[in-house]
Amino acid sequence: MSELPVLEARELNKAFGPIAVTRNVNMSLMRGERRALIGPNGAGKTTFVNLLSGRLRPTTGNVFLNGIDVSRADEATRSKLGIGRTFQITSLFPALTAHENIFLALAESAGFGMHILRSARSYGSLHDRADELLEKVGLLGAAATSVQQFPYGQQRLIEIAVALALEPKVLLLDEPAAGIPTSERDLILDIVKALPSDIAVLLIDHDMDLVFRFAQRITVLVQGAILVEGSPAEIAADQSVRDVYLGERS
Amino acid sequence: MTRPTDTALPGKGMPAIPASKRWLEAVPWLLALGTYAAAPQYAPLLTQIFVMILFAMSLDLLVGYTGIVTLGHAAQFGTGAYVAGILAARGWITDPTMTAVIAMVAAGCIGLFFGSLMLRTKGLAFLMLSVASGMFLYEIANKATGITGGDDGLQGVVFSPLLGLWEFDFRGTTAFFYSFVMLFLTFIFLRRVVNSPFGWSLRGLRENDLRMSAIGCHNYRRRLTAYTIASTLAGLAGAVQAQCTGFVALNSLSFELSGAVLIMLILGGSGRLYGAMFGVPIYMFAQDYLAKRDPTNWFLWQGIILLILVLFARGGVLSLAERGFHACCRRRPG
Repeated sequence: MSELPVLEARELNKAFGPIAVTRNVNMSLMRGERRALIGPNGAGKTTFVNLLSGRLRPTTGNVFLNGIDVSRADEATRSKLGIGRTFQITSLFPALTAHENIFLALAESAGFGMHILRSARSYGSLHDRADELLEKVGLLGAAATSVQQFPYGQQRLIEIAVALALEPKVLLLDEPAAGIPTSERDLILDIVKALPSDIAVLLIDHDMDLVFRFAQRITVLVQGAILVEGSPAEIAADQSVRDVYLGERS
Repeated sequence: MTRPTDTALPGKGMPAIPASKRWLEAVPWLLALGTYAAAPQYAPLLTQIFVMILFAMSLDLLVGYTGIVTLGHAAQFGTGAYVAGILAARGWITDPTMTAVIAMVAAGCIGLFFGSLMLRTKGLAFLMLSVASGMFLYEIANKATGITGGDDGLQGVVFSPLLGLWEFDFRGTTAFFYSFVMLFLTFIFLRRVVNSPFGWSLRGLRENDLRMSAIGCHNYRRRLTAYTIASTLAGLAGAVQAQCTGFVALNSLSFELSGAVLIMLILGGSGRLYGAMFGVPIYMFAQDYLAKRDPTNWFLWQGIILLILVLFARGGVLSLAERGFHACCRRRPG
């Protein structure tokens, strides 16, 4: 029997009024797969990620997580079921420290969010885990600094650590290198590449160098529909991709 | 190294008070007891201040920690006051502790009901609905004169001695210590709540509710829980008010009271529990002083003072004190 995809989009459609933003998208992510989603601006990549994460409900079509239909589940439920994500524009708790940001994710993930009378300080194992994750992204030394004081690139790293705190089965990274100086992008790539091998990762980015160094497979989205899907070599050689997206680059 | 500390003092973006300076937390409590010891004739005024601090603290859980700004919190305060008052006035239950518990349950249920409707909205829509919830109960109390006394207020409210031992005497001694203990217990409870994972998640909702749902929080349920807790405590404040004064005025459900308690909280500094302890006395003393000095224009002076605070001390009086304290700490390390 073949392995079940960890995340699957089946005939996914999303329309805002008369405007179809996602059109009949089918995509399967296998356990541990490293997939990239590329496409020109306005192709509907972030909308597609929002449909997968539960931020948006599809007009028609379904999303399956480990074979279970989660199309009607809200974002919080999907997060608890194993879909973690980062955002195109960093989304953290600005006045809280890096440590607190990660602790919040760990507490929600562990189901402690409704614990009312026990001090958050007493959850030693969660604090240790938060420190581990900060160490993984190289920011343990600044754990007690409020997030708004970090440069943007480091905020992106904290966001990845927050997503990892949820112990996701699937990680959706929406342009993790956006707004980061080219010199620092390798750090993002190193961290993304070092993610646990059992997590399926879907990465969206415009940085072709990053995408081609990261992905095992690439899906190209154009005007809300999948144009082509294949290995990095196949995508680089595909004339239709060159025409609509890569231009003269190859 | 990165472990947080439990404290109610630091506000949004402010560093924690160092462990060596934690004794400062005892100062307001000792000050209250000291004021009573020095001038026991002010016990009724101090009791009123304690009740309002308790009320403002319950509001702080919503405004300061969860980011829910409401102009209808008096709906729960008044519910608590009327429930305790009616039970005693009719002679059904006169035990202060029992009536306080029933008043808290009633206010919690009202909060749960209104919260379940209102928290589906945000921003201005929520603010308008919160005003409506208060006005709705106000009008019911106003019309139900047979039960509430209507515009004349509920009179003949007599409670049995506290714990069967202490009468609510005319000097206000029992009322003073009763309200002080209730305030202290509420503070201890809220302090635990805001320092719990639940309390942290409320700060998360205040900061970024979209991120909270992305990490698995059901925001509506979490907000509703906070709203119900705050409503229950507002009900307790109302009940204590009724018990200590032996009277329930229609004003306890009014929009003006909701607005005033919000102003008191902002004045002191929201999101730190102790803000209410500064804001309420300052507001009440300033109101008293201004009303004496300029009876026709005192509202204007109050407005000017608030305007200055909003422009130059956005975190309230406590924020100013905090900044001064941290500046001193930096100058004199250790």
